[in-house]
Amino acid sequence: MPWIDACATTDIDEEDLIRWDHAGKTFAIYHSPDGEFFATAGLCTHENVHLCDGLVMGNLVECPKHNGQFDYRTGEAMRAPVCVNLRTFPVKVEGDRVFVEVA
Amino acid sequence: MSNRDYSLFGPDAKRAVESGLTAAEWYHTEVPRKVMKDLMARSDQPAIRDTIIYYGSMILLAGIGIALWPSLWSIPFWLAYGVLYGSASDSRWHECGHGTAFKTPWMNDVVYQIASFMIMRNPATWRWSHARHHSETYFVGRDPEIAVMRPPEVAKLILNFFGILDVIAFVPRILRNAISGPTPEERTYVPHSEWGKVQRAAIVHVSIYAATIGLAVGTGSILPLMVIGLPRMYGAWHHVMTGLLQHGGLADNVIDHRLNSRTVHMNPISRFIYWNMNYHVEHHMFPMVPYHALPRLHEVIKHDLPPPNRSIAEAFREMWPAIKRQVMNQDHFIRRDLPPTAKPYREDFHHYVPGMMPPSAAE
Repeated sequence: MPWIDACATTDIDEEDLIRWDHAGKTFAIYHSPDGEFFATAGLCTHENVHLCDGLVMGNLVECPKHNGQFDYRTGEAMRAPVCVNLRTFPVKVEGDRVFVEVA
Repeated sequence: MSNRDYSLFGPDAKRAVESGLTAAEWYHTEVPRKVMKDLMARSDQPAIRDTIIYYGSMILLAGIGIALWPSLWSIPFWLAYGVLYGSASDSRWHECGHGTAFKTPWMNDVVYQIASFMIMRNPATWRWSHARHHSETYFVGRDPEIAVMRPPEVAKLILNFFGILDVIAFVPRILRNAISGPTPEERTYVPHSEWGKVQRAAIVHVSIYAATIGLAVGTGSILPLMVIGLPRMYGAWHHVMTGLLQHGGLADNVIDHRLNSRTVHMNPISRFIYWNMNYHVEHHMFPMVPYHALPRLHEVIKHDLPPPNRSIAEAFREMWPAIKRQVMNQDHFIRRDLPPTAKPYREDFHHYVPGMMPPSAAE
């Protein structure tokens, strides 16, 4: 699958995320405290709430509606009420651009 | 006038799904991302301070109560202990259930488990019912935590100031959970993977109550029950008083928390007991903001909210007549005016939702 140019590295503060919509789907792109970038599906697996309004704490993202948590590096569900893991997508940085491989 | 069916398996539950109400997006006041990130930031310090005061006060009050027992002089200490046990546990359960009180997860979990026991709620069940309460706040047939169902049964509301109905409902439920896991209704919102936790938690709770009752029988004194169990009744009044104000007399089946939730300014003692849940519109609109940041959140978004009630007494003066009117007219609700700086209520959407009361029913 092609790599899609999603955003600039400066579009996301460290320890934060943004929403990115592409081809009718919604994604979340994260900038970790270590300076790395990650991408996951944009909606919480619990009740389809956009994660972009949530809180990034270290390597966790917390859903803004029910406080469920995922490890955004692996997509693993870490705290109830989320039970189903979040889908993740490969990310690479070239220059000041963030690319996501959308399967 | 429409009759409401609050069963999670009833026609109103079905209609809420079919109408699109359960899938609709809630109204939120716009808050800049950087401001919201600052408000959502977690901290251990406020909750550690409050928890030391909370449990320290309980130990002190119960100790004095036991020392003075059975003198009548012990009564004031039991009454104060009871409010901390039977009311403040409700807000601790709530905040730690959200995971926002402390920054450190295990601290939230420990206080959540203790508070769940004191407030007589299965910790593995009520976490999920509260998630539904936030997704579908006061949707008839969907929200399992509706405190004032219509038509309101005023006698029951008053009885619950002493926790009577809650305890009567709790005993068979926790025994059933201990024997066979979640009830059929609970299975509509508790995922299958969690059913084992429901049963294990119930077994722990039942075991502690059995030991307490055994000690009371063995010593021929109700003193053990004055410490564990009974304060859920004699100290329940404060959490019922504040809990009724959260949504009482306001709209149901709407997707704007400004229409179905109430913010009330309260005295500092009630705010400590209630852990700032008097900022209830703010909490429902932004559940990730910790209790200690809710006053700041209120300042940020108050231009978009109905003016808060200025005291508990004033809020009751607003709510109680509406509850009494709902006895005869289930569609009646209080529709509070918004300030000129606020975005209008989403009447355009609400008019088209089956089950939503007509605006003419509002005050």
